[in-house]
Amino acid sequence: MTMDIHEFLTSPAETARRKGPHGRIVMSSRVRLARNLRDASFPGWAKKAERVRVFELIRPAVEELPEMKGAFSQAMDSLSTLDKQILVERHLISREHAAKSAGSGIIVNRDETLCFMINEEDHIRMQALRPGLQLRQVWTTIDRADSALEKRLQFAFNPELGYLTACPTNLGTGIRVSAMLHLPGLVLAEQINPIIQSVNKLGLAVRGLYGEGTEALGNVFQVSNQMTLGETESAIVERLEKVVSQIIEHEENARTVLIEKKPKMVFNHIGRAYGILANAHSISSKETMNLLSLMRLGIDVGVFPGVDRALVDELFILTQPAHLQKQHSEKLTAEERDLLRADMVRERLRHVSRPIAKPSTPASPELDKPEKQ
Amino acid sequence: MLCCICKEKEASVHLTQIVGDKMQKVDLCEECAKTKGINDPAGFSLADLLLGLGASQEIDQAAGGAEVKCARCGFTQSDFKKSGRLGCPDCYETFAEALGGLLKTMHKGTRHVGKVPESFRQSRDLSDRLKLLQKRLTKAVEAEDFEEAAVLRDEIKQTSARLSSATAPG
Repeated sequence: MTMDIHEFLTSPAETARRKGPHGRIVMSSRVRLARNLRDASFPGWAKKAERVRVFELIRPAVEELPEMKGAFSQAMDSLSTLDKQILVERHLISREHAAKSAGSGIIVNRDETLCFMINEEDHIRMQALRPGLQLRQVWTTIDRADSALEKRLQFAFNPELGYLTACPTNLGTGIRVSAMLHLPGLVLAEQINPIIQSVNKLGLAVRGLYGEGTEALGNVFQVSNQMTLGETESAIVERLEKVVSQIIEHEENARTVLIEKKPKMVFNHIGRAYGILANAHSISSKETMNLLSLMRLGIDVGVFPGVDRALVDELFILTQPAHLQKQHSEKLTAEERDLLRADMVRERLRHVSRPIAKPSTPASPELDKPEKQ
Repeated sequence: MLCCICKEKEASVHLTQIVGDKMQKVDLCEECAKTKGINDPAGFSLADLLLGLGASQEIDQAAGGAEVKCARCGFTQSDFKKSGRLGCPDCYETFAEALGGLLKTMHKGTRHVGKVPESFRQSRDLSDRLKLLQKRLTKAVEAEDFEEAAVLRDEIKQTSARLSSATAPG
């Protein structure tokens, strides 16, 4: 049976409405674990027959987990390129995994909080994700799923080195804890680079989430741990939690100071972003993302009274190439997509009034200061 | 500046990453940057890339020029050089010597202190218990307490049976 991934997935509208703690700044939290079977070569080295054998072994074991009831489960070679791309745009699978075919697969649970990639770089890459800052919760979720799975599968584990992974950079715990952060304030205040550097010094990586190389489209950054050996999972989770809380604080401060000291600069950016988004007839995915980020900031600082952040977050998903293509039956060229993207954004912003010159509400209506622990 | 992977083309992608107090730098040409997945920030880590470069050098040194090959999966050091990945779980034994130094530069420590699978926890407890029982048995024999020794022997037998079933796959 083939199931359309688009029908399975929650609609972008609903996904965008899912709220989590500190959702103004933290878009999502996730924890990924890498696991391998003891008696098989790693996927990158295994021959196709072995990869298929491993997939057939892991797939039912995952499907039988109680938390995976009613899951979407597919072999990669039964998914279309477009469907794979949609999964990438939803951050459920990596781009590497989207390129896989026979012997690889994906299993996503009903509410998209748990996702298993089979035969990506490792035999199993499992991740738990939730909106907002919920790192401990996602760790607990994935830890439980992993413990249930180890009763059904024999994982490659060495008492000295921990869980054995295809790449030594993931050795030990095999854990990657990450948070996706929206940081337009730090970018506009030109404080983002020193922040990135100091986070790097703590052994954590900061990357732009969208876009190529080091550029961070839409001012969205992903902070994650680099080291996986010699530290417990909860120590890593705690460290990341602390650092993310500090970044939230810096972002809030940057926004407050900007509105106080350079209101014209901030409102100019937001106003222009609105102007283009509400009136363009052709717009690239890249430009859309950067401008949506500024509109999101505008909503946060109160210049779009009555507008919900979900409007922007939904467009973040819908305007990406595969999601746009999925709404049209005929194959679109990049130019055609730019036209249709602009049409969609204009339509969505039809009832959004232009930003007010001076926010009547305080600059940070729901000030999102993390609690000190 | 030449690309540090292919050492042929001019490097146009320059990356710096600071991990802990170590700064790592890599210069790549457009093409190598692409094949190494640097255009995919979600899947890219400089450590991975450096591993592919540094690791192979260390393994070369450790092998003293001879090609080290994994007995189980046939993976070799030149495969590692190409991909920066290992072939199978046993490769960690095969390439242990070379990996040791590498892990030190890459991670916080070289010993796993995190989660341990239930089956390993059980067998670890059982083997601890076994050691204790054997010590007591030696003492009992020395003291010529043969009644106690017989009891201990039974318990050792049971414990080692449980240990071998705990480590068996399932």
